Amino acid sequence: MTDARSIIVLGAGITGLWQAVTLCDHGHDVMVHELDQDAARPASWYAGGMLAPFCEGEAAEAIVSELGQHSIKLWRTVYPGVTVAGSLVVANSRDRAELQRFARLTETGQPQSPEQIAELEPDLDGRFRQGLFFQAEAHLQPRAAMMFLRQRAIELGATFHPVAANANTPDADWIIDCRGLGARADLVDLRGVRGEMAIIRSAEINLTRPIRLLHPRFPLYVVPWGNNRYMVGATVVEREDAGPVTVRSGLELLGHAYALHPGFAEAEIEDMAAGVRPAFADNTPKIVVDGRRLYINGMYRHGFLTAPALADITANYLETGAMHPEVFRADRGERNPTGNGRTDTA
Amino acid sequence: MLTTTDTNSDTLTLYGKPFSSRLLLGTARYPSPKILSQAVTTSEAEIITVSLRRESARGQDGQRFWDLINELGVTVLPNTAGCRTVREAVTTANMARELFSTPWIKLEVIANDDTLQPDIFHLVEAARILVEDGFQVFPYTTDDLSVAERLLEAGCDVLMPWGAPIGTGRGLANPYALRTMRNYFPDTPLIVDAGVGKPSHATQAMELGYDGIMLNTAVALAEDPARMAKAFAMSIDAGRLAWKAGIMEERDMAVPSTPVAGTPFFDLDAG
Repeated sequence: MTDARSIIVLGAGITGLWQAVTLCDHGHDVMVHELDQDAARPASWYAGGMLAPFCEGEAAEAIVSELGQHSIKLWRTVYPGVTVAGSLVVANSRDRAELQRFARLTETGQPQSPEQIAELEPDLDGRFRQGLFFQAEAHLQPRAAMMFLRQRAIELGATFHPVAANANTPDADWIIDCRGLGARADLVDLRGVRGEMAIIRSAEINLTRPIRLLHPRFPLYVVPWGNNRYMVGATVVEREDAGPVTVRSGLELLGHAYALHPGFAEAEIEDMAAGVRPAFADNTPKIVVDGRRLYINGMYRHGFLTAPALADITANYLETGAMHPEVFRADRGERNPTGNGRTDTA
Repeated sequence: MLTTTDTNSDTLTLYGKPFSSRLLLGTARYPSPKILSQAVTTSEAEIITVSLRRESARGQDGQRFWDLINELGVTVLPNTAGCRTVREAVTTANMARELFSTPWIKLEVIANDDTLQPDIFHLVEAARILVEDGFQVFPYTTDDLSVAERLLEAGCDVLMPWGAPIGTGRGLANPYALRTMRNYFPDTPLIVDAGVGKPSHATQAMELGYDGIMLNTAVALAEDPARMAKAFAMSIDAGRLAWKAGIMEERDMAVPSTPVAGTPFFDLDAG
């Protein structure tokens, strides 16, 4: 604990909320500036709530897995709603090559026999011949978790202030910019990646942990949110608009839930929505230092997975100046990281 | 004729545009745009395909993903992946022309979602419409010769027959048909598109005399896409060099590489 600083956190998505809680906890004086939630939901509103540092290793850089493993610990110290029940990855027989590939690219997954799958998830008894179990992974209901963190930040002394999107930010010792795509004009290599999800309700099916059903074209997952609700997600589309879910994506999402268990045919569709995730070119989160302003951004699919660890790293930087080499970046982006900038179409 | 394969300098010429690389790389399903960019760099691929329909921004301008694609500094060949009808394919091609300022279009009209095989009837019809509208069309087709002839009649100067269904990685399912196609159309640039899973598949196609290889999944979903892209580039070079060097004919009988006839004192020392 060092001298208390006045800190403005911009944005109240999962990244901003974790910054607020952590910085308050470190004794700082925190104001959170947030957009009207009804006008613009943060990308994290559409998250699934999986804390899956090992499964995400299939496509993510190693640093994401490292931050994720640390984050699970931090989540558990702050939020009582974390369920550590592991995650189960399954594939239909014709897609067993996908399961082999997944096992090769990830760590800690234990091969599961049909009997073991039935033991973990009785409702999947007889449905899958093979699977992988990632015991140390966790999940939570993300919207409940966000409401909890907001309340926790207020208890610790943070204040929340609604602002307009382009409002001037008053002076403070530090500005922690967690606006996601809202900072797109400042961070030149930030892009949006659209994701679509569905929330369905079924009293008939009881799953107790996130299930990933691998498929060569649409690898999707189902996360139990409690109270018979399941989140089915999420598509990854290189588009930046948050327009309504397309018929094709809707078919994929719901078809996928049905393929996991035909009992989902009778589930009720509570919501289908799309969000746009902020991402840098390597799909890995960064802390970008610009004087007294820090941008915490580029969370991509990994907001809930990495926000606690990034808040920890931020607090540490404010107090000691220590810069985590894989997370910090000293410039606001290079326009042209690899190519020669020549646009050469035929 | 606009398109020729110049074998002297070994340049690949597609619709009048010369290339030294014979690898065409798809841009979908990489772990990140950064890794895609590394794969393009290590393989020295000069042509990349992009999908407008699904994976990407549906022809909306101002999307940062397009900036990233353009910054790779290579030739962009937009495709109509996922289109099921002539009308969809033509609309998508027009969006692509506007967005990338290119007359090039990789024409895919898919017959069904399970095999993703080309709908050859709609393919020919769409090709005809697009060529008349000034497009330079790269049709994704089967290895069927009559379809290939119709595509050439429609005005396509390049053909892209499949090796195996998209994403299967099964290699050349029918090498005989591909060899026949090569012999039947000796002067048309032929690029094997789809089904190539490992570098030896690419070499095999190049040894048959194909002009190039179009790949996506085999690189994008490799453990190390950049390294795999390089491996494919090398295998394509090897196959091409072998084709140009002239591959020996297969024989039924063993032929010793050291002549034995006239070796009279064959076993004298053995006694």
